Amino acid sequence: MAHDSNHQDSHHPKHGFWRTYVFNTDHKMIALWYGITALCFLLFGFGLVMLMRWQLAYPEQPLPLIGKWFGPTRMPDGVMLPEFYNQLGAMHGTIMVFMGIVPLAVGAYGNFLIPLMIGAPDMAFPKINLASYWAFFIGGVVMLASFFVPGGAASSGWTSYTPLAVIATTGQTMWIIGMIFLITSSLLGAVNFIATIFQMRAPGLSFMKLPFFIWAQLVTAFLLLLAFPPLEAAGVMQLMDRVAHTSFFMPSGLVVSGEHLKISGGGSVLLWQHLFWFLAHPEVYVLILPAMGIISEIIANNTRKPLWGYKGMVYSIVILGLLSFIVWAHHMFITGMGTTISAFFQATTMIISIPSVVILTALFISLWGGSIRFNIPMLFALAFLPMFGIGGLTGLPLGLSSPDIQLHDTYYVIGHFHYIVAPGTIFALFAGIYYWFPKITGRKMNDLLGHLHFWPSLICMNLVFMPMMIQGLAGVSRRLYDGGASYAHAQGVLHLNVLMSHAAWVMAVFQIPFIINIFWSLYKGQKASDNPWESTTMEWATATPPPHGNFAFDPKVYRGPYEYSVPGATQDYTPQCQEKVI
Amino acid sequence: MEIEKGWLQKIMGLPPLASAHGGEIDFMIFLLHLLMLVLFVGWAVFFIVVLWKFRASRHSKANYKGVTNHYSTYIEVGVAVIEAILLLGFSIPFWAKNVDALPTDRNTVVVRVVAEQFLWNVHYPGADGVFGKTDPNLVDKQTNPLGLDKSDPAAKDDIVSINQLHLPVNRQVLIYLSSKDVIHSFALNIMRVKQDAIPGLSIPIRFIPIKTGQSEIACAQLCGLGHYRMKGYLTVSTNKEFDEWLASQAKQSQSSSDDFWN
Repeated sequence: MAHDSNHQDSHHPKHGFWRTYVFNTDHKMIALWYGITALCFLLFGFGLVMLMRWQLAYPEQPLPLIGKWFGPTRMPDGVMLPEFYNQLGAMHGTIMVFMGIVPLAVGAYGNFLIPLMIGAPDMAFPKINLASYWAFFIGGVVMLASFFVPGGAASSGWTSYTPLAVIATTGQTMWIIGMIFLITSSLLGAVNFIATIFQMRAPGLSFMKLPFFIWAQLVTAFLLLLAFPPLEAAGVMQLMDRVAHTSFFMPSGLVVSGEHLKISGGGSVLLWQHLFWFLAHPEVYVLILPAMGIISEIIANNTRKPLWGYKGMVYSIVILGLLSFIVWAHHMFITGMGTTISAFFQATTMIISIPSVVILTALFISLWGGSIRFNIPMLFALAFLPMFGIGGLTGLPLGLSSPDIQLHDTYYVIGHFHYIVAPGTIFALFAGIYYWFPKITGRKMNDLLGHLHFWPSLICMNLVFMPMMIQGLAGVSRRLYDGGASYAHAQGVLHLNVLMSHAAWVMAVFQIPFIINIFWSLYKGQKASDNPWESTTMEWATATPPPHGNFAFDPKVYRGPYEYSVPGATQDYTPQCQEKVI
Repeated sequence: MEIEKGWLQKIMGLPPLASAHGGEIDFMIFLLHLLMLVLFVGWAVFFIVVLWKFRASRHSKANYKGVTNHYSTYIEVGVAVIEAILLLGFSIPFWAKNVDALPTDRNTVVVRVVAEQFLWNVHYPGADGVFGKTDPNLVDKQTNPLGLDKSDPAAKDDIVSINQLHLPVNRQVLIYLSSKDVIHSFALNIMRVKQDAIPGLSIPIRFIPIKTGQSEIACAQLCGLGHYRMKGYLTVSTNKEFDEWLASQAKQSQSSSDDFWN
């Protein structure tokens, strides 16, 4: 459990530029690279949807000012082509999930915080860690480059359903190759996280004393390790279908635009969906679990009391992880499923909602009896709770196969999962940036700019995603280039597209205070002490910024992670590695 | 011919309802949203009270223990019980009765729908009630979109229409759905019918239209650049009008078998 050698090298080794910044195996530097790269991808993926929202609000009208920059193959005279719309849709999903949120929530947060929170000098395999980042970076570059190949980027949705994806243009090949790099990156990261958490905890840090964030990262790492390989295999099979004309996913008798395809046939279209969702449902939990971890840390710290029901939360998150492997086919209720199979997947889906409710309820109840500080990280963390609540609740009618008949593949689905990942996960990621910024840089972020970021984002998120529920109930399909304008049944809810688009653009404007805040605070922010939030977990017990090797002393753990307001203590927080209660 | 919405469709913002089984789906959607509303309002009230009551300026010393009762456990058990009722009492029986089981009614109207980029081919078996053989090698985009084998006697009286699905009211309908190229999804909003059209599979869909009128067939699954305009029309008419339409189509396809494209 404990590492034998307590000797750490707390001196910065002197290296040149390349070894210091680019090929530095220190987990904190890798985490920073992950963070910066992922934030850039998030901004880019968000930019793609800004373009889509123009087309949805004002179908086939030229985009003013910047429209003509996109060229005749994408937006002739500033009017978006359906081909380009589909590329934007597929790449928005891919970039946000695989290049934005996962690398930020896992690569950046996990890498930075796991060794610090468990009192370890670095990750278990620093070189594998570096390889993980560079595999991610190459995957990202391949994905971005795919916009410039003939026919443009992948356009078959982030789900890349076959046969559409097999007969698609070259961009799809790039997508698969990019995905293989991204998956490799996650697998390398996952083994590293698991080994580190199992092997390198400080003496005294038993599993039930781990901060909830570490539990979340541990379960997430197992999900990545066990769910990604089937998609990697499926990706290679789809690649073979495309370039070697195999027929893993191609049935006999396909006739595309009147031409009988000359392929061997005999494959199964649905096999791809099973393999894809076998990854992609656990992937949903990869997106949300680290967010729950971040929120838990911030809520405990800012209520100045222990998390309520810590043990129940730990059991719940482990059960969530296990169950997430047997719910995947609820994405496929309308592919022609019989009663037995659909009953199984409905039942598991209903069962998995229970541990989610337990975690959310525990976080709500944790607030009771606290002494709540409303700083910027806490505002984002608090907003997470009802927003994730809406996202979770709207999953219920989708998780039961019968109401899903009406709601499947409508905007209701888009609204549902965006509530979970946008004002849910992304708010949690923002909360974490405001919270741990002082540990990384030694300076606090600005409060006024923080408020200017938080409140408009919260309002706009709801104005973007709530109308989607209304459109979905009315039966408007997702992934429509004109937002449903050509369908009679959509006419009554079409005007909402204009509202949603404007809210999205306003939201984009109010991300500027956040970007300014990062750069301004880096140089001009209020200087922070080593433990500015008066926190109990171990990352705050070391110097700011943490030295190479993390701790100048040998950390030992004496108590659980959230010993705030301990009865009898004069100080309202008692750090994990502090021997005596004062 | 606008179909009126019922109270359920009005408060939930659902499309009008025109099928026998759809009422159950709408009712389930209603119940689920009621459950969500109760849970959300409950959480929200608790949330606002707590934020007000325990803000640092009012409550400067936190309580180490916090909540010591077990009400939350009762609520969680309550949620689990309600979910179990919805699952076992509504969703699974509904699926077994309306989706899984094939109709046994001899008066059933049987139609094949074959999706392709970006239209719906509708295939009626004609007077003999037997679908003619099809072969992908015989497909011609202009003259023979389904690749019907004209040498098959069963194919002689078959009727193929594009984007026009006509059905009689108050009769059991059985549609065999498939696709020629990629996955599409056959959505009849007002019938509460949605089924993926999957190449290589022929999937049965069953429902009973209970109101006459015209509405749309929408594609619900991304199928390429024309996905957004892959729209067909559904006409539900009386038995008599339906038979007349079939007769006129039969005549048309005999006189100009290569001209129905328009």
